[in-house]
Amino acid sequence: MEFWGHITTFFSAENYTLFVVGIGSGVLCFASGVVGTFTYLRKRALIGDVISHSVLPGVAIAFMLTGVKNPVYFLIGAVISGLLAIWIVDYVQAKSKLKPDAILALTLSVFFGLGIVLLTKIQHSGNDAQSGLDIFLFGKAASMSITDVQLFSIIAVINIACILFFLRGFNLVSFDENYARGIGFNVNFLKSFLALLTVLTVAIGVQAVGVVLMAALLITPAAGARFLTNSITRMLMYAGLFGFLSGVIGVFISYSGTGMPTGPWIVVVLSLFTIAAIMLGKQRGVLARLKLRKGNHIKINNENVLKDIYKLADDGQKTIETSILLQQEKYAASELKAILNRLEKQDYLDQVRGFIILSDRGRIAAREVIRKHRLWEIYLSKYFQMQEDHVHDDAEGIEHVITPEIEKLLIKLLERPEIDPHQSEIPYE
Amino acid sequence: MNDFYTILTASLVAINCALMGGFLIMRKMVMIGDAISHAVLPGIFVAYYISGSTASLPILAGAAFSGILATLMIEWFTKKARLQSDAAIGVSYTLLFAIGIILISKWGQNADLDQQCVLYGEIEQISFWLQPIAFGIVLPKQTVILLAVAVLLIGAVIWGYKGLFITTFDPDFALSTGVAVTFWHYFLMSGVSLTTVVSFESVGAILVIAFLSGPPAIAYLLTEDFKKMLILACLVGILCSIGGYYAAKWLDVSVAGAISTFIGLVFMIVFIGTSVLKRKVDVIST
Repeated sequence: MEFWGHITTFFSAENYTLFVVGIGSGVLCFASGVVGTFTYLRKRALIGDVISHSVLPGVAIAFMLTGVKNPVYFLIGAVISGLLAIWIVDYVQAKSKLKPDAILALTLSVFFGLGIVLLTKIQHSGNDAQSGLDIFLFGKAASMSITDVQLFSIIAVINIACILFFLRGFNLVSFDENYARGIGFNVNFLKSFLALLTVLTVAIGVQAVGVVLMAALLITPAAGARFLTNSITRMLMYAGLFGFLSGVIGVFISYSGTGMPTGPWIVVVLSLFTIAAIMLGKQRGVLARLKLRKGNHIKINNENVLKDIYKLADDGQKTIETSILLQQEKYAASELKAILNRLEKQDYLDQVRGFIILSDRGRIAAREVIRKHRLWEIYLSKYFQMQEDHVHDDAEGIEHVITPEIEKLLIKLLERPEIDPHQSEIPYE
Repeated sequence: MNDFYTILTASLVAINCALMGGFLIMRKMVMIGDAISHAVLPGIFVAYYISGSTASLPILAGAAFSGILATLMIEWFTKKARLQSDAAIGVSYTLLFAIGIILISKWGQNADLDQQCVLYGEIEQISFWLQPIAFGIVLPKQTVILLAVAVLLIGAVIWGYKGLFITTFDPDFALSTGVAVTFWHYFLMSGVSLTTVVSFESVGAILVIAFLSGPPAIAYLLTEDFKKMLILACLVGILCSIGGYYAAKWLDVSVAGAISTFIGLVFMIVFIGTSVLKRKVDVIST
């Protein structure tokens, strides 16, 4: 099988260049994922887009000044113009009434425009060494030389080390600058240092995946990781892992398919990881929230129907006809039937030929809902001075969400009342 | 005559973008324009692949389709998945752009479309597309489309000014008085998609973003009156097109790049000018 052949070649490190490029791109994407987590948490996700567009003039000027294609000079130029762009964004934001998004869009397009001006100038000047500058536009992960990979990996590793060293400070700055300042952190230093690390990461990442897609390497891993955990340390690990795997897989796909570009594949794989995380995340995931909502819906329907039966059947003592429930027109016939069947299965009631009777369990559950409803009505009229005829609707919703602990507190606060504002008795256990 | 065609084309893009950008910067949504202008790539390719030509109409349809897809993706990520909005924008358009490049490099090697063209456009070659219109007037094809869109947008903004204005500046009030906020949102987003889609072919994504954000931002620094701001933004856009074009000719560099840079320069001058003026006023009033 060709596919397995590719895989064994890849992992046996037989093809040394491929192996190095794969691991190098993995490390690079790992570093972007980690750095991007902080920009994400500071709600500055799109700053990555700005930096990746704004490294271009720096690179072009570095080439114009030195006349050689040296990755170190390019890196210095890229870092200087990236930092300048961040500084301009911050400065204009502080000094004018313009909103951040307009400043971001303007800065990135002007810097990139200037970069294009300089690039076309270099091209038209007939310097034949210029062809290599294109990689800053579109990236060339697959054709990185081993020296490039070594340089990039070293920077990525230094980046990761710096982040680990300043982890606590960066965490605090991302969540609460003022608190960080209050407990003695040098917030300005931390922010500038983080900016420097971000620019460095972007400056090397751009050469792998290009200007447009670089933003994805910063934003996408963090966006996915956020759905998997609430802990920042875990989030950093997930984001780094997503980045690393996508970096390696992207290089692998472009190696095994003919004419497949590496950068875009890295981004596609990364996006798949992130979309999976967004769907499947345990608490915040889309599916988990749908399930929770459905669960709540079921609970509310169950409780409402039990409550109605209890009231219609003289405090749950008598047997009632199912048709009476239907006459209330709260539920359609088919829905009501489903709810009743579910309740019967859970032993809350028994159904016999169109008649219903509550079980002990059903009676207790119904009394609980009614108790919570009435307690809340008393609470509202006593503490919020609401009129008796205004408290019902509010209680109708809240009765389903009051926990036993809150109920106890309410009873204590209201001194175990006997009747509600509508003179109905409160059913205690 | 080439000068005239290029400047006319750039100015039309500038007017379209200024009208839409004016609303976008007040709604804090400029980066959505950025996202749409990049996300058009896969749609363009699919349209090219199906129709087998780089004719304008199918390409525009494809671009419009993926522009809409991008806005829907962003909406889904923010509303349904509750991703923060800046990240939703970043994730959506990079994915679409990546898919576009993969499609092109797999099946579109011979096509006359690539990511370069999406990024900088081909305004230098605009006069290759000359065609007679009427009464002996000859205009480039893209310029005619841009002109039509400009007329449409000016009409739409005049017709819907009240609704757009109220939903931009006081959405809560608009909602409480029964104005269809969602309708005006999609009204504007359709205009933005149309603008970015018809503009990128001639000037490229970067200049579209520069025109969407720059002239309205400059005008916003100069006036408080929103109507004046829109008109001023159009004028600034035209001025930058002229200035940028001649700068590009003089320096022998990319026109789209030079116009973006020119916008940046004008912004810098106005920004410094208004800051100095404001400081003087502050000094006098204290």
